Amino acid sequence: MKEKPDVLQGTLALMVLKTLDVLGPQHGYGIARRIEQISGDILALNQGTLYPLLLKLEHEGSIVSRSGASENNRRARFYRLTSAGRRQLQAETRDWKQTAAIIARFFDVKAEDLP
Amino acid sequence: MKFLRRFFIRLSNFTTGRRADQRLREEMAEHIALQTEENLRAGMSPVEARRQAALKLGAAQAIRERHNAEQGLPLAENFLLDLRYAFRMLHRSPGFALIAIATMALGVGATTAIYSVIDATLLHSLPYPNPSELVRIEANLPGVGAHDVGLSIPELRDLQNSGIFQYASAYFFGSANLTGSSQPARIALKPVTPNYFAMLGVDAELGRAFDPHDATPGFNLEVVISDGLWKRAFAADPHILGKNLRLDNDVYHVVGVMPANFRDQGQNSEERSTEVWAAAGFFGDPAPPPMRSTRLPVSTIARLQPGLSPEAAQGHLDALVASLKKQYPADYPPQAAWTIHITPLAETLVGNVRQSLILLFGAVGLVLLISCVNVANLLLARASARGREMAVRQALGAQRPRLIRQLLTESVLLFVLGGITGFAVLFCARKFLLQLVPESLPRLNDISISWGVLAFAIVVSVVAGTIFGLAPAWLMSRLDLTSTLRQEGRGSNGSRQRSRLRHVLVIGELALSLVLMIAAGLLLRSFWDLFKVQLGFNPSRIMAIETWLPIPNDPKTDIYRTATQESVMLREVLRRNRTIPGVEETAVSDRAALPLGHGQNDINMFPLIREGQDLESSQPPLIDTSIVSPEYFHLLGMTLLRGRLFVDQDLEATPSIAIINQAAARTYWPSQDPLGKRVRLDRVQPNWTTIVGVIADARTESLADAGIPQVYFDIYQRPAKDLAFFLRGQVDPTAISAQVRTQIQSVDAELPVFHAETLDDVLSSSLSVRRFSMEMVALFAATALLLAGLGIYGTISFVVNEQSREIAIRLALGAQRRNILKMVLRQGLTLAAAGAGVGLVGALIVSHLMAGLLYGVSPYDLLTFAGVTIVLTAVAIAASYIPAVRAMRLDPITTLHSE
Repeated sequence: MKEKPDVLQGTLALMVLKTLDVLGPQHGYGIARRIEQISGDILALNQGTLYPLLLKLEHEGSIVSRSGASENNRRARFYRLTSAGRRQLQAETRDWKQTAAIIARFFDVKAEDLP
Repeated sequence: MKFLRRFFIRLSNFTTGRRADQRLREEMAEHIALQTEENLRAGMSPVEARRQAALKLGAAQAIRERHNAEQGLPLAENFLLDLRYAFRMLHRSPGFALIAIATMALGVGATTAIYSVIDATLLHSLPYPNPSELVRIEANLPGVGAHDVGLSIPELRDLQNSGIFQYASAYFFGSANLTGSSQPARIALKPVTPNYFAMLGVDAELGRAFDPHDATPGFNLEVVISDGLWKRAFAADPHILGKNLRLDNDVYHVVGVMPANFRDQGQNSEERSTEVWAAAGFFGDPAPPPMRSTRLPVSTIARLQPGLSPEAAQGHLDALVASLKKQYPADYPPQAAWTIHITPLAETLVGNVRQSLILLFGAVGLVLLISCVNVANLLLARASARGREMAVRQALGAQRPRLIRQLLTESVLLFVLGGITGFAVLFCARKFLLQLVPESLPRLNDISISWGVLAFAIVVSVVAGTIFGLAPAWLMSRLDLTSTLRQEGRGSNGSRQRSRLRHVLVIGELALSLVLMIAAGLLLRSFWDLFKVQLGFNPSRIMAIETWLPIPNDPKTDIYRTATQESVMLREVLRRNRTIPGVEETAVSDRAALPLGHGQNDINMFPLIREGQDLESSQPPLIDTSIVSPEYFHLLGMTLLRGRLFVDQDLEATPSIAIINQAAARTYWPSQDPLGKRVRLDRVQPNWTTIVGVIADARTESLADAGIPQVYFDIYQRPAKDLAFFLRGQVDPTAISAQVRTQIQSVDAELPVFHAETLDDVLSSSLSVRRFSMEMVALFAATALLLAGLGIYGTISFVVNEQSREIAIRLALGAQRRNILKMVLRQGLTLAAAGAGVGLVGALIVSHLMAGLLYGVSPYDLLTFAGVTIVLTAVAIAASYIPAVRAMRLDPITTLHSE
């Protein structure tokens, strides 16, 4: 029953948190659109996977949801970052940047640079 | 933390059955609607816009499943599905389910029953706060071979002030005459130091317990009474506090009533049902002055300081003992090697019963094991019938762990249903079953079928179901798909392994039941030997009735102070007793002379000092002492070997005389004539007693031991307070008690008369614990044999079924039917032989372990071992005979056609 750890799964959560941080409360479609816009085609398909993830984040207390009216006055569910979610985002951003920087440095190293 | 939070939300969703399905559907509909609008704006046709939107969202069903999985607990949901399926499967084969559940009910029920006894006696023997802090203190003189010599008051104070204990408390256990209410009664009384209840950590329900700092030297004339006595003698009077109570003619007033569920701690059931506690300092009248060398024969128990382990406490005590020896060298001569030893109280209370209970638990554990093996065997047999089902499910994509889990759910369900059934039967039959338990078992009243016992039954069932369901599930799920689906298992790999496992299981069952049967056989033989033992006295048609004379705190008020004063009353009661219709002979003795009847902690062991013995260098041995009237020996049919018996002319004024038994003569005067030798039982008083007779050994002390040294004194020379009157003759046992009471109370109306018993009853109840464990083990062994027989029957029938084609071909080719019968029987016999071989090894180990419970029979008794093996083989043959006959009568034509 164990699910394979999915790199994309982890980054997707981070993307969701960042999107909510930047745009404020959003419904599922809005989050999906935003991620699609920024990341290009990577997440063009299977946008539905977003919803189980949103539920998981909600269970973990990083976001909260409430139902409200969308732009065209339809009932929609809006997600909002909690303060715990914001802290998590900050921590993960820091980790991510650190990892990215280390990896980048590894890629920049050429054979002649080594002592 | 986050993980936990998520888990709890999911758990609560799972338990409340809340589903976010509706919410997801709305969200997805909304998502598609928004995407469709977007697509329309981008210029798609409405149909295409919607199609693209749906494509982008992905497979809706998969998303819903993942969402659902996130929402609840998939593991638990699958479990519920499995459980529902398992119920349906059991429902479909009710015969199988019934047999399996009944077998498990038997196994778990029996185990639970014994567990409930052990729970009350061994595990919860001390119903007080922090029972692990309570210890028993024993002072020993190993240098002179003296054990549990008691403590003196200064020693008790040293212990109390040592800082090792919160409280150290000394007590006697005895009884007293309760008079002043309607009928004089003998009640169990415990004089205790005033800190006794503080030490136990229990307070009175009504009023108060004793003040632990009370410093009254003698009795402080306050008593605490039990709830039982309060209800019985005082009709639960709410104004009981401050009222008076007359005990052995002294007046005490009641200061407290203990709670109804309070049971005193103690070595035997009499002590545990103590009804009156009186506080005393034990250093004023009637106790001797508090000298360090005056050891009182008290029991001492104490509560350790919190957090101090008994081992650490023993270390501190050893240091204390060493410093006391240095400080008082005269009181602790080095050759006596005075030591103080502490034992956790719980260990000292159950004593010899522990061994019997552990034996029973072992026996019942074997029965449980055999039931489990039997059910596992049934599960395996079903495996072949369900091979096709498993293959189909695997072909449809079920994974092996999933199949195993489902099969395990089925077996655990079966075991738990069995366990609950067993528990229910036990619960309904508890009243009846408790009657079978001997009264001498400690804490019998506290045996209850409680929640803890139910939890035990369920845990046992689940664990057994998992263990014994695992192998069948493992084998069942391991299939060669194609061959199974094509030809339904015949000769397939899985079925061969299954039948091998079945053989192993049956061999195990046979071995276990052989072990049990041998244990039962050995116990039966010991019991029989004890039952048939030459008693050395004749108990038939003898009735014993007890009465006690009061011992007031002030000796001057005692009307039975001297032997002469007492003998007037004794002779008058004996004369009157002889007038009761049917009575042929009468006698009187102290309680210690009651054959096999008295409690274990009666103070009837005294140091035997022989004339000429050097007391400085050797400690006198302790000897069993009885005080009897001259008619005692004739009444009990004990034979005089040498010298003379007591006669009516032996009085207080004439020279003091004693009679010993042969064992005493052998032990203390080897190769000498004991007649005319002089002894005394008291270090201080210089009155010598002359031995005038030697009687033959009789098993009056212990059925198992004929050679316990005894010394008898004449009751008219050495008065006793604890009296037993004997009557031999054709008397009516129901009326005799009242008749004797009338006679005794017409001499002294204040004397209680109680405990009328025939010696035959005393004899049989002295064997009760042995009889109980023997009967139980025999019952378990019979059950085991039955189960093993069923197991071997099932296996052989199965083998015959599987081989029916082969047998049919053999028959068609002209095989003799007799040979077919032999062939099948040989298979059964092979199993039996293997089982007996393994079982004999196990039985040798077990019988060696239970050697302490046996009497007069060797743990390797050839007769028992051979007899039991023959019985087992006979049962195995009988059980294989039915399938063998079926195989023999097989009709080759129909069999071969049906395949």
